Amino acid sequence: MKHLLSINDLTKFEAIEILNTAQELARISDGPMKKLPTLRGRTIVNLFAEDSTRTRISFEAAAKRLSADVINFSAKGSSISKGESLKDTAQTLQAMGADAVIIRHSASGAAQRLADSRWMSGAVINAGDGTHEHPSQALLDAFTIRKHLAKSDEDLNGLRIVIVGDVLHSRVARSNVLLLSKLGAHVTLVAPPTLLPVGVESWPCQTSYDLDSVLKSADAVMMLRLQMERMSELFFPSAREYSRYFGLNGDRLRLLKKDAIVMHPGPMNRGLEITADAADGARSVIVEQVANGVSVRMAILYMLLAGSTKIGNLL
Amino acid sequence: MMSIALPAPDIARALTRIAHEILERNSGSESITLLGIPTRGAHLAKRIAAIMESIEKTEIQVGTLDTTLHRDDLRMRAPRALAPTLIPALGVEGRNIILVDDVLYSGRTIRAALDALGEIGRPKSVQLAVLVDRGHRQLPIRADFVGKNLPTSISQSVVVHLSELDGSDEVLITGGSQ
Repeated sequence: MKHLLSINDLTKFEAIEILNTAQELARISDGPMKKLPTLRGRTIVNLFAEDSTRTRISFEAAAKRLSADVINFSAKGSSISKGESLKDTAQTLQAMGADAVIIRHSASGAAQRLADSRWMSGAVINAGDGTHEHPSQALLDAFTIRKHLAKSDEDLNGLRIVIVGDVLHSRVARSNVLLLSKLGAHVTLVAPPTLLPVGVESWPCQTSYDLDSVLKSADAVMMLRLQMERMSELFFPSAREYSRYFGLNGDRLRLLKKDAIVMHPGPMNRGLEITADAADGARSVIVEQVANGVSVRMAILYMLLAGSTKIGNLL
Repeated sequence: MMSIALPAPDIARALTRIAHEILERNSGSESITLLGIPTRGAHLAKRIAAIMESIEKTEIQVGTLDTTLHRDDLRMRAPRALAPTLIPALGVEGRNIILVDDVLYSGRTIRAALDALGEIGRPKSVQLAVLVDRGHRQLPIRADFVGKNLPTSISQSVVVHLSELDGSDEVLITGGSQ
């Protein structure tokens, strides 16, 4: 494993290994030794050509806990805003000796482009590319689900996960469907027809337009953010109507099984896809998802960077 | 070439002797915490602790210490999976820590273990117990308690089998010229 671009790059075995590694790292982070020397002398670049709070800070915290040097690089305040191409940016990073680049970009496939090019030799980690994928988010969601609900320390066999909302624009949903189904969970997408992507019937999941009917059997409900910034046309009549049919509120919470959990990748549109009592209630693991994100990203960095890179550099 | 260097009864006797030696050196079990280095060191630590409990009739502090993240050869091979680090209730601060491993060879694992331990706290002392010392040290490290000194050549390898993992207890020497 040289890059992490898509969940499709991972075998089930590798995905479980990342989750197990994250579990050990989480245990260490809870203890007194927060800082580990493992990636001392490695340089990691956070290349964020699109806004982010959680993911960038989470990767930065993960890299720093493993003693790597982190360079933050965002579109605003860099030459990307002057129109510098991805190629020129990548070559600059290569010249500075980056061992890994964590890239977020508004164009689907940007991470793949960077990895396939010969612009730079380091590892590429996809931190969200357009509406395509966000593999580290899916891994942290799987980690959170496993911690709360899985019967074994291995996969997610037999669990029912419901993903609700703006699937069309969601890279989180795509990565999660791929990963959770790979780990044996049963995934159902719930959204208005206008917010389901073309070809969703070929995804390894089921779809439904009726949230209430699928909530009763759900072990975890993952609410997605309505991505207004990516919406160039009208996908539903009004925010109120969307919220009434597809928002998670107090009434819907009561339909859930006793130990079902509520998730959201953040940032939340409170009052739109999720109400305050759902977001802050006892079932909510939303804040915990953020904490787990650091452990999972430490595991990803460890797997990609701690071992020998000689073979990778020769290719 | 493969030969049995230590059969099961010898392993049992060696562990019993090590348990007695540790108790003797530390004047009892009160200040002792055993930390096994995964994978096989962790099982050996549990066995030694069980023997000490039967001698002392009191509970022995025993845990595991994973050294992977502190190894100096991480970059020379594919990434290794992490094993659990479990520090028992009394912690390491001010305790006499007994590190337990199966084979002492280059000494690099023990160096990594000392670094890992230093991150957790400041023990009163650190002692080392190993089932087999096969020589060829690359660092100034020695064991305090040794099950058996096995003179080996570098081309040979020493394989420890324990019943918890491998179905039977034995120490084998394989490869090289005898």
